[in-house]
Amino acid sequence: MGAQSCLEANDWICGEYVRTRSQELIDATVQHVGITLVSVVLGLLIAFPLALVARRWRTAAGPVLGLTTILYTVPSLAMFALLTPVFGVSAAVVVTGLVLYSLTLLVRNILAGLESVPQEVREAARGMGYGPVRLLFGVELPLALPALTAGLRIATVSTVAMTTIGAVVGYGGLGNLISSGMEGFFKAEVLTASVLCVLLAVIADVLLLGLQRLLTPWTRAQARARSRARRERRAAGRAKKAVA
Amino acid sequence: MDAITGAWDWLATSANWAGEKGVWHRLGEHVYLSALCLAISCLIALPVALYLGHIGKGGALAVNISNVGRAVPTFAVLVLLTLSPLGTAGDWPTIIALVLFAVPPLLTNAYVGMREADRDVVEAARGMGMSGPQLLLRVELPLAYPLIMTGLRSAGVQVVATATLAALAGGGGLGRIITAGFGNYNTPQVVAGAVLVAVLALLVEGLLVLTDRAFDPMRRGRGRARRSRTAGDAAADGSASDDVTAAGSRA
Repeated sequence: MGAQSCLEANDWICGEYVRTRSQELIDATVQHVGITLVSVVLGLLIAFPLALVARRWRTAAGPVLGLTTILYTVPSLAMFALLTPVFGVSAAVVVTGLVLYSLTLLVRNILAGLESVPQEVREAARGMGYGPVRLLFGVELPLALPALTAGLRIATVSTVAMTTIGAVVGYGGLGNLISSGMEGFFKAEVLTASVLCVLLAVIADVLLLGLQRLLTPWTRAQARARSRARRERRAAGRAKKAVA
Repeated sequence: MDAITGAWDWLATSANWAGEKGVWHRLGEHVYLSALCLAISCLIALPVALYLGHIGKGGALAVNISNVGRAVPTFAVLVLLTLSPLGTAGDWPTIIALVLFAVPPLLTNAYVGMREADRDVVEAARGMGMSGPQLLLRVELPLAYPLIMTGLRSAGVQVVATATLAALAGGGGLGRIITAGFGNYNTPQVVAGAVLVAVLALLVEGLLVLTDRAFDPMRRGRGRARRSRTAGDAAADGSASDDVTAAGSRA
């Protein structure tokens, strides 16, 4: 009885809503995750060659970075609206818009990561007989991973949040629920979908952080070594002071 | 192709520009809301960030706040505020949501800028007997200026973009032209509205870049430094500040 009335009272938090509409929530979440995943993966696949081009040819760097930055300035509602005549009302509109946004963050971070690889490391690998392809994938890319995943995390989190705007063409995942909840003044639907959306972003961020740690075990070893050195220095300093 | 010529026709029709639902009125709403919210956000974020940066505390908060901001969907916040008791209070849900999203980039960039002011210079100024407020206004603030302005730029662009979304939640602004177009399946109107919004966003970005250059307190000094630096250094510097630029989220 008490649980039933929260739907009728239109409460913000309503367990009854989650129970009775669980299928709707799952469908929206699956659509949300799908759109985000496709967008980020496509963004990465496009950004990587773009970053390589921008690094290889200095003259290309300006236009590539400039164009992606200009795209980033266009508000999302306008971006989706501009893409509808091209793709019709479909999920492709949302995915394309999100890919275009993720490019700015991804290209810049991949470029910064590749440029942070020390020249000596490159020389050493070349001296060991590494060709350009093996140098890129075997040496430079692993060393660029921290910067790359930092960009990937930002891009993923903002893509999760931005997918909701896709509701304007009916492909917004959880955004669809938010928008239908707004039209029906249904508070529980809006709040539940919003919270799920934030949760998705946090989960994606934590997963990517875990992936980065898994792929770059040496950075942790370095951090440990650094903190050990610091501790020892401090201990030595104390000992010197004690002697004095 | 039809959509583009249709959008051109829509824009060329003077009837679409006049009246309560016309472009001029929507543009006015959009600019008014954006400017008001940017001003409020600056009044909230900058004093806090400058003070925290000056005393060197609250760094984790200042940096994390913008990461959290990115994970929260703007649309959801707008709708939640509209459905809350505030929803009956006219433009307030929109204003609060816009301020909420403009504060993080301002706060983070201003704080980082203050902290990254050359410590040697700050120590030297302190050694010359400058008081706390003098140090803040005459040394740290000019040194932090580029990053503060970067924050202002991302906040400004974000406010303009978010004001577009207000239309989804029933607010005013240029986004209304797009949502109205979607509502009655008028694709030319959708495209025309999108072009207007995109042009406004680009204009605002360009205007803020110009303001940034015009008011740089160390314009001459920085110009000389930039010229004398090697290309490699400049590139490294660029990527470092871009990371902070990217601290804003999208709407």
